[in-house]
Amino acid sequence: MNGAATTVGVQPRDPAWWGRVFWLLAAVVLLWPLFVLAEFKPWILLSPGSLKPALRFVAGFFPPRMDGEFLWLVARETWRTVAIATAGLVLAMLVAIPLALLSVRVLSISALAGPMARLPAAMRIAVRAVLVLLRSVPELIWALVFVRVVGLGPTSGVLAIALTYGGMLGKVYAEILESGETHATTALLRNGSGRIQAFFYALLPASAAELTSYTVYRWECAIRSSAVLGFVGAGGLGQLMDSSMKMFNGGEVSTMLLVFVALVALTDRLSAWLRKALG
Amino acid sequence: MKKGPNPLAANEVYRLPLLLFDARCRACWLVLGLAVLVGLSFWSLDLQWARFFAPDAVARMGRFLAELLAPSGDPKFLAKLLPAALETLAMSAVGTLLAAIFGLLLALPASRTWPGDRALWRAPTRLLLNVLRSVPELMWAALLLIAAGLGPMAGTLALALHTTGVLGRLFAEAIENAPEGPGFALRLRGIGEGRVFLYAGLPQILPQLLSYTLYRWENNIRAAAILGVVGAGGLGQMLAFHLGLFQMAETSSVLAAMLVLVGLVDAASFAARRLMAR
Repeated sequence: MNGAATTVGVQPRDPAWWGRVFWLLAAVVLLWPLFVLAEFKPWILLSPGSLKPALRFVAGFFPPRMDGEFLWLVARETWRTVAIATAGLVLAMLVAIPLALLSVRVLSISALAGPMARLPAAMRIAVRAVLVLLRSVPELIWALVFVRVVGLGPTSGVLAIALTYGGMLGKVYAEILESGETHATTALLRNGSGRIQAFFYALLPASAAELTSYTVYRWECAIRSSAVLGFVGAGGLGQLMDSSMKMFNGGEVSTMLLVFVALVALTDRLSAWLRKALG
Repeated sequence: MKKGPNPLAANEVYRLPLLLFDARCRACWLVLGLAVLVGLSFWSLDLQWARFFAPDAVARMGRFLAELLAPSGDPKFLAKLLPAALETLAMSAVGTLLAAIFGLLLALPASRTWPGDRALWRAPTRLLLNVLRSVPELMWAALLLIAAGLGPMAGTLALALHTTGVLGRLFAEAIENAPEGPGFALRLRGIGEGRVFLYAGLPQILPQLLSYTLYRWENNIRAAAILGVVGAGGLGQMLAFHLGLFQMAETSSVLAAMLVLVGLVDAASFAARRLMAR
């Protein structure tokens, strides 16, 4: 090292400068087809044909509509959004808990001595496949299907959340249960306790806090997705917002956006507090 | 064991029986609150289980699902499916890329990099990021349709806006948690904040930023697949179209294409992360 080249005040040039510029340009050239495929033309936003209605719509945002009758409607729909998420999540737990229990390898008696027997192993793989299948279809698609078959209304939203979140919760419950401390469970099973007993007295207490905090986190996600499900006709805030948007009623949309952002912030806080209280 | 009073205590120790409900028991209040919330939810929603599980509805649902299991293999239709899948892929990639760029730009004012930093813009930028984050992609897409028109651009912008909120916050946390040493050394030499970030902050957090971005890309491919339902292009738009006409074979192919696309992106992202971790 010669100290003379880097005295204080003389800022040395970046030796890798041209290399960095080259790779940046190469990345732009390589990614260009993606921008073409996504029809990404931001200048369209500034063309008069789309700028004028957009500006008129946004100008309608101020002032937000705040009369009592409308606020009451928004409050009712907001509650429905929360209720759909809560009911959906409860049903999802009813789906998830039995499936998770069936798929947990720790609770296998045949696996206590040597490899698991053929039949239980196959059953566990099948249950996991069901969970993955439930999880991989987004709730919006379930809701679309239910709305087509049965009709508009919150029932479709509740069932859609129940199915998708049932898959998610079941898979994660099983993972949490298996990743926790399992010595107590095997000790109980080896000493002849039943699997339900081993679950309640060893497996569940070891990871109850983690299970609950994951469930609370998913409840928070379910509220956001139940608002989204409204856009396909499953009731709640989303449905109200969709109809206001179709009528270009900026004032109503801005009130609902404010309420929705406040709702999300509130559940965020609540869920963070609950998770902290659970430790 | 010896029975009788505790030999250490002067008087007999009295134990009150456990209360059934203790006002200071937080868990009891919590469980009670939860029970009320769940009860009110089921009670206030007019859930039509009867209509859902009526014999003809169940039969219709069964027929519907059976039709969903028989995808259409018509080559003409598959030829239409491929561009839509590519469009979805492009939407998710471009949306994530834009979000990474703008997220990084917003993360800079949203973070406090050194102890003496006043970070005046920290609170307002974080508020902006939170608002961007709390509105879901689909809602942004529905809002943007008015400005950007039907098609993939509305979807791309919607993904970019929501993801900017998510990534901006994660990036800001990463910047704040990076070790301060290198930045301190450069600042001592009188080097400006911009260069300090480029040569001290960024190299330290780059792997973390890349892994967050890849993770969001996985999420965004799922979101991009369904965004089209409100008219924002890609596979979702085809799905909504064919489902609306009850063309179940086509719908089923679109769904299969979605699952394959999501699986491919997951695998690619997993491989990329393995490669980076090495």
